[in-house]
Order: sequence, then structure tokens, then C-alpha cells
Amino acid sequence: MIEVQHLTKRFGRFTAVNDLSFEVRPGEVLGFLGPNGAGKSTTMKMLTGFLPVTSGSVHIGGYDIAQHPVAVKRQIGYLPEGAPSYGDMTVLAFLRFIGEIRGYRGAELRQRLARVVEQVGLQDVLKQAVQTLSKGYKRRVGLAQTLLHDPAIMILDEPTDGLDPNQKQQVRQLITDLAEDKIVIISTHILEEVSAVCSRAMIIAAGKKVADGTPAELEARSRYHQAISVRFQQPVNAAAAFSALPDIHEVDELEQGQSYLLFPQPGARPYHAVNALIEQQGWEVDTLHIERGRLDDVFRQLTGV
Amino acid sequence: MNTLLTICKREFSAYFATPVAYVFIFIFLVMSGVFTFYLGNFYERGQADLVPFFNFHPWLYLFFMPAVAMGLWSQERQLGTIELLMTLPVTLWQAVLGKFLAAWFFAGLALLLTVPLWMTVNYLGTPDNGVILASYLGSWLMAGAFIAVGSCMSAFSRNQIVAFILTVVVCFVLMLSGFPLVLDFFRGWASEGLLDLIASLSFLTHFEALSRGVVDIRDLLYFVLVIVVWLLATTQVLTVKKSV
Repeated sequence: MIEVQHLTKRFGRFTAVNDLSFEVRPGEVLGFLGPNGAGKSTTMKMLTGFLPVTSGSVHIGGYDIAQHPVAVKRQIGYLPEGAPSYGDMTVLAFLRFIGEIRGYRGAELRQRLARVVEQVGLQDVLKQAVQTLSKGYKRRVGLAQTLLHDPAIMILDEPTDGLDPNQKQQVRQLITDLAEDKIVIISTHILEEVSAVCSRAMIIAAGKKVADGTPAELEARSRYHQAISVRFQQPVNAAAAFSALPDIHEVDELEQGQSYLLFPQPGARPYHAVNALIEQQGWEVDTLHIERGRLDDVFRQLTGV
Repeated sequence: MNTLLTICKREFSAYFATPVAYVFIFIFLVMSGVFTFYLGNFYERGQADLVPFFNFHPWLYLFFMPAVAMGLWSQERQLGTIELLMTLPVTLWQAVLGKFLAAWFFAGLALLLTVPLWMTVNYLGTPDNGVILASYLGSWLMAGAFIAVGSCMSAFSRNQIVAFILTVVVCFVLMLSGFPLVLDFFRGWASEGLLDLIASLSFLTHFEALSRGVVDIRDLLYFVLVIVVWLLATTQVLTVKKSV
């Protein structure tokens, strides 16, 4: 369990993280969302004990990080931003070094190496120097390094940054598979990733927490939440008819009348009325559905651009 | 202890991951040969000892050791691996000491490869091998002092060249602090006590006795102390650099 209380980090006069408090429990996959420079990485650097905190406290697995940094670091697998590793070393030598630092020797070390190599698919590049690998492989080496000691807590700073769509999918699948009984914190600015892997999302802007909830809860804060999206087979002049419905608050006409976004009055559910109107007018519908809400909309709204 | 050794081992083998280490050692051996035989008049002196060899060590180290130490921390910072290393379950001291030892052992290896010189002198005559052993020990300790300074300077900058230059400058001042070149700078405004203190910090003065085979525990302690102080400074620089 991670408990963060009133966490603050200042660099000179600049406040990078401002009075952040939250808890994370095993089984949760928490996504840190926020614009560049919002303080996501700085927060992670404090959670992993790389940066000292200016004020506030971090307790991880019952240990205060300021007093027992090594005990805390033992429980964490951390992938720093950009997945840095010693480029001169071969993949195998690098992972062995990490394993030895984590205190494994002999048969146990070999077993653990074999397991992570299989988990992230590094069999083909074990003898290659890390610096000769593609970006995707480098990222996987970084992930393998975080998994060696089967940590209770994984903190991954932009784990899918710069990967191609297939690789992104693989990494997300890996995170989902691992997440069952662990605490996973990832930072990202790819919003679809949050819906795909996170059970909880926290939006950070200018060092402050501005939203914290499940992805569905966040989506519900969007103005698109519960909006009805209609797409016709041919453009139709329907704006006036939709506006005339009692529960419709606002109508957006898109693509010269081929599709419409209907925003309901607060609390109203005008889906059936809309459907009935379409039937009655005999308009040919391509798609008709209720929007869940859009994270990017919430994101823009909360981070103020 | 295991952690310390693991760090030391990785760092040591990192020297040999690129050809740079071999080039270093090669140049070191060539230079020590040149200094000994040409500038030191090894044959013309007609004495069976390695005094000309050891006499030039401080000057050789002035450029060789900063090069050995310049990457210790600046490279970690440049590659971003410092964040990886310092979030593994290691203490700052283990990391600083482990890296220092790796560089020191590397210097020791280079020094050890000069053994053919010792064999030559034993073939040509009957030198006092106790003196030579003491000189080797003193030389290695002095190398440690250079490297400890280099470790601290390397923690200052992510640029290895900057670290190299800073180390050369600091080591040069420390080497010559017993000589007028440095002392004159302080004379006139510093007290006699301070002048004596500065003079007593000189690498050269302390190495001089050792290189003649006089093993004074104070000279040994001096170098150990210099190493400890500069490693302590390294940890401080790393700590301060992280939080700004």
C-alpha cells in the first residue's frame, strides 16, 4: 500500500508538486495523467526515492521513504522515463547486474532471468549490447529490469512512449496481466491508455491533483457524457426537428447535416424520443448511440488549455 | 558488501566494454617507459633502482587518472542511468565507493602491468625490492587520491570533458601546494599556520618519501584521508545536485 500525504517538491522558487495526497491499494492500476511538466515524473521520482521530498511524507509498504529508503526501494520496480540502461552491456549482463544488486545468486538468479526474459520476449537479443537495440527492445529491457524481483509495486514512467501500436498493445497486455495483486502506477499522456489499462486515473496539472476516479467517473464529467450521436446515410436537415424535442438542450450539426450530436437537458434521457422522431420521419440511420463521455475533453477542461 | 562488490564489478568491466581501456593502458605503459628511459636517464644513472620511474608518476597521473575517473558519475547522469542506479536498493555510499574502487583497481591493473620494468632492473642488478614494493604501494595510494578527486568532479558535471579539466586543475593545485607556485598565491594575506597547512597538503611532498621507500604511516594516512574526504565530497555533491 502506498500512502502519500501533502507531498510537495520545490526546485528553487518553482513548485513542481504541490500538496499532493493519495493512497493506492494492491490490485489498483493508477494512471497519472497530465500535460508535460505537470509534475508526474517528479512525483514518481519522489515515490521511488530518487528525489528527496521538500515537505510531506511517503509511506510504502509500511516504511517511511525518508527513513528507510533501501527497504522501500526493495519493494519497487521502477522504469524511469526513457528507460535508461547501460548501453555498453549486453542485455543478459545488464539484467544479471540488476539481479545481483537485488541480492539473487546462482540458480535463483538464473530462474528469475529466464522468467523475465520470457515474459517480455527478449530471447533473441540476450547477447546484444543494449545500445544496438531498437527503441521497442530497449523499452522491454527496461521493463524486464523492473520485473526481476517480482515487486509488489511497479512504477512505470511513460512505459509505452515511442513504441509502435503493436508494441504498445503488448506492453499494455503485460501490465494488465501483472496487475492482479500488485500496485501499478503508470504515467502517460495517451488517454486511450488510461481506459485500456487503468482502474483509476488521477489528473495532475501544475503540480496539483485536479481529478481522481475511475476512467468511467472521469468520462462522466465530460460534456459529451450521455450525448446522443446520430449519423445518417445521407445529409438530412434535422436540426430544427431535434431542437424541438423537449429534453434536448443543444444540437451540434456536423458534416453538413450528415451527423448530429444532441446534448440532453441535465438528467434527461431523450434516447427514445430521438429514436421515435427518426422512425416517424423515415430518416435512414447509419449509427445511433449514446456517448460515454470523452477523456480528452475532461482532460482539456481540467488542465485548462 | 555484496552490493558494493556488484557495483564495483560492473563498473570495472565497463572499462573493458570499449577499446578505450586498452588504449588507456597502452598509453600509460608507453608514457611510463618514455619517462623512465629517456627523461629519467634510467641507464645513464647506473643505479639498480626504479627512482626515475616513480619520480614521474605524479605527472603521469595528473592526466591519466582524471581520464580514468571522468566518466564515473557524469556518464550516469548523461545516460540517465543515475536514476536507475539510485532507485535500486543501494545506498549512496555503496555506489560512490563501488565506483571509486573500480577505477582504483583499474589504475592498479595499469600499474601492475609495469612489472616488466621491475624485472628488468632485477636482471640488470640487485635493487632493494622492499623499496620498490613500498614505492608501488605509495604510487597506487596516490593514484587513489587523484581518482577520488576525479570522482567528485565527475559528480559535478554531466559532461566528461568538463569533469576531466576540473580534475586536472584541482589535482595540479593539490600536487604543487607545497611549492612556491601555489604558496606565493597565499603568502602575504594568509597566516603562517594556514600556509603550513596548505603546504602539508601537497601530493608531491607525501609521495616523495614513499617513492624513496620510506614508509611513514603519516604519509599513508594522508593519502587515505584525502581519498575519504573527496569521496565524502562526492556524496555531498550528488545529494545537493539531486535536489536542485
